[in-house]
Amino acid sequence: MPKLLQFLVNGIMVGGVYSLIALGIVLIYKSTRVFNFAVGELLAIGSFVCYSGLVSLKLPFWFSLSLTLGGALLVGASIERFALRPLIGQPILAAIMATLALSLIMRGIMLFIWGASTVSYPRGIFPGGVISSGGIVLSHELLTAFLGSMAVFGILTFFFRRTKTGLFMRATAEGHEIAQSIGIRVRGIFAMTWGIGSIIAAMGGIVLGNRLGVGVDVTPLVALKAFPAVLFGGLESIPGALLGGLVIGLLENLAGGLINPKLAEITPYILLLVVLLLRPEGLFGLKRIERI
Amino acid sequence: MALGLVFLFTLPLYASGRLLHLINLIGITVISAQGLSILTGYTGLISLGQTAFMAVGAYSSALLSIYAGFSFWAALPCSALITGVVGAIFGLPSLRIKGFYLAMATLAAQFIIPWMIVNVRPDLTGGTSSIFLPPPKIGPVQFNTQQKMFYIIVPLTCMTLFCVRNLIRSRIGRAFVAIRDNDLAAEMVGISLFRYKLLSFFICTFYAGIAGCLWAYWMRAISVDHFHLVDSIWYLGMVIVGGMGSTLGTVLGAVFIKILDLGVTIIGPMLGGIFPAGFAVDASAALGPFVFGITILLFLIFEPRGLAHRWEITKAYFRLWPFSY
Repeated sequence: MPKLLQFLVNGIMVGGVYSLIALGIVLIYKSTRVFNFAVGELLAIGSFVCYSGLVSLKLPFWFSLSLTLGGALLVGASIERFALRPLIGQPILAAIMATLALSLIMRGIMLFIWGASTVSYPRGIFPGGVISSGGIVLSHELLTAFLGSMAVFGILTFFFRRTKTGLFMRATAEGHEIAQSIGIRVRGIFAMTWGIGSIIAAMGGIVLGNRLGVGVDVTPLVALKAFPAVLFGGLESIPGALLGGLVIGLLENLAGGLINPKLAEITPYILLLVVLLLRPEGLFGLKRIERI
Repeated sequence: MALGLVFLFTLPLYASGRLLHLINLIGITVISAQGLSILTGYTGLISLGQTAFMAVGAYSSALLSIYAGFSFWAALPCSALITGVVGAIFGLPSLRIKGFYLAMATLAAQFIIPWMIVNVRPDLTGGTSSIFLPPPKIGPVQFNTQQKMFYIIVPLTCMTLFCVRNLIRSRIGRAFVAIRDNDLAAEMVGISLFRYKLLSFFICTFYAGIAGCLWAYWMRAISVDHFHLVDSIWYLGMVIVGGMGSTLGTVLGAVFIKILDLGVTIIGPMLGGIFPAGFAVDASAALGPFVFGITILLFLIFEPRGLAHRWEITKAYFRLWPFSY
């Protein structure tokens, strides 16, 4: 029984990180209608930059973090400006291919600067011990990852509900033309959305890097597991992203722990197929109704 | 045309082994890209799992020939059919819905299929290590060199091109194009969306199966490492660069990307020497994805109709010359 409980706890903790990554995808999809396939590479690149700031430049953690997040904002906004804005109005395939091409470009840049090996974050930034109570062991790293993700969720909820820019972004998500007609600069909002999406990805990368280390091949694979979370929760739904991430984390840990450790790798993708089969719009997604 | 074919088929007599290797590789790539072009270019659906389906073709042909004693000629159609069926299974849940859901389902396939190859029956498939195949043969002739494989691969490639060109002029092909251009209108004129989407995906994976089987017999040692997500993206890139909805374009795209790839493997190590040590960790490995990504992005932005469109412009220029107005 404690074993089961342990898997549950681990699952929720890991799921928190998936939720965060899924949130980045949902945000961008909601307002720009582009599914960001490059999220894995954004994650890895943010994590690498923070790592370099910590290890190579020996900056204090908070400084390195803010540097990374500022960089991520710039990267995200320039991705929107130079790669995706020329493609507005093109078929959906063009946008998908553009994000795939971006992921390859970023992969190239990362291989160029950091090489193909996996590096781990230095100890001592976050507390590294474990908490154990009632037979359940909970490492601090997992807890930090989870709490960090939840904090980001909180900040974003506040941002969307209470600030004017947040309101504009929600309006843009409702409809591009309508938003434009009431005087919102939709393209500016797009750029900002991409910036925020990249910041979220970078944060996800840092919490993930702290736990698993960061590598060109390893980190994007983790991010791909957020795709089932996005579809499970519904493409347009932020609470859906939270729930989807947690469910993916739970199922992955339960399947890996109780059935077969190797099964953990593909459980999210099996769930993805099941979602597509039973409820393609996801739990909270909008169902497309077409009328002529 | 005829002259070109004669030239192509006498090529092994005087071309070097390295060139033939490249041509064989391009031939296999063209077959697979052609399948993807039917799905993406003509029907407007996206598959991120083309190499996973090639893996199905490669492994099913290998298993058929090793454990069931099939010859190459029997294994080829069987493995293509198996791949088509496996593809249809993955396509089924997603084809009822619009948008990029097939991309998601095939992404799942891209992870689930190699996992199954490695983990389900490692005693048969060799797990993560390679398995080896006998060369194909007719009577006493063994097709065990690049030259001899050329005479299997290139005719099959030509046949594929011929089939695709005719398929898209048929009722089925026109239905595909109608679905791509406006699926609601297509449904109104009586095209069963689900059936034709499934058919398109079946043909796509069928070609992937042929390509995978050829790949297996050409390399004669296969492992799951050959079939990565990145390679699937390469195939999509070929369709984009060549020009969507064009048979010729897909061939041009495949040739262009493979030659680009070759160029990168030649230039990459040189580049590694230019940068000072410690600055660029892995310049030669980095060049490939970087150049390829940039190429796709530039084509998407500046020439979304691809090389095929350029080719048409060039042809029109020479046809109308000197009075181009």
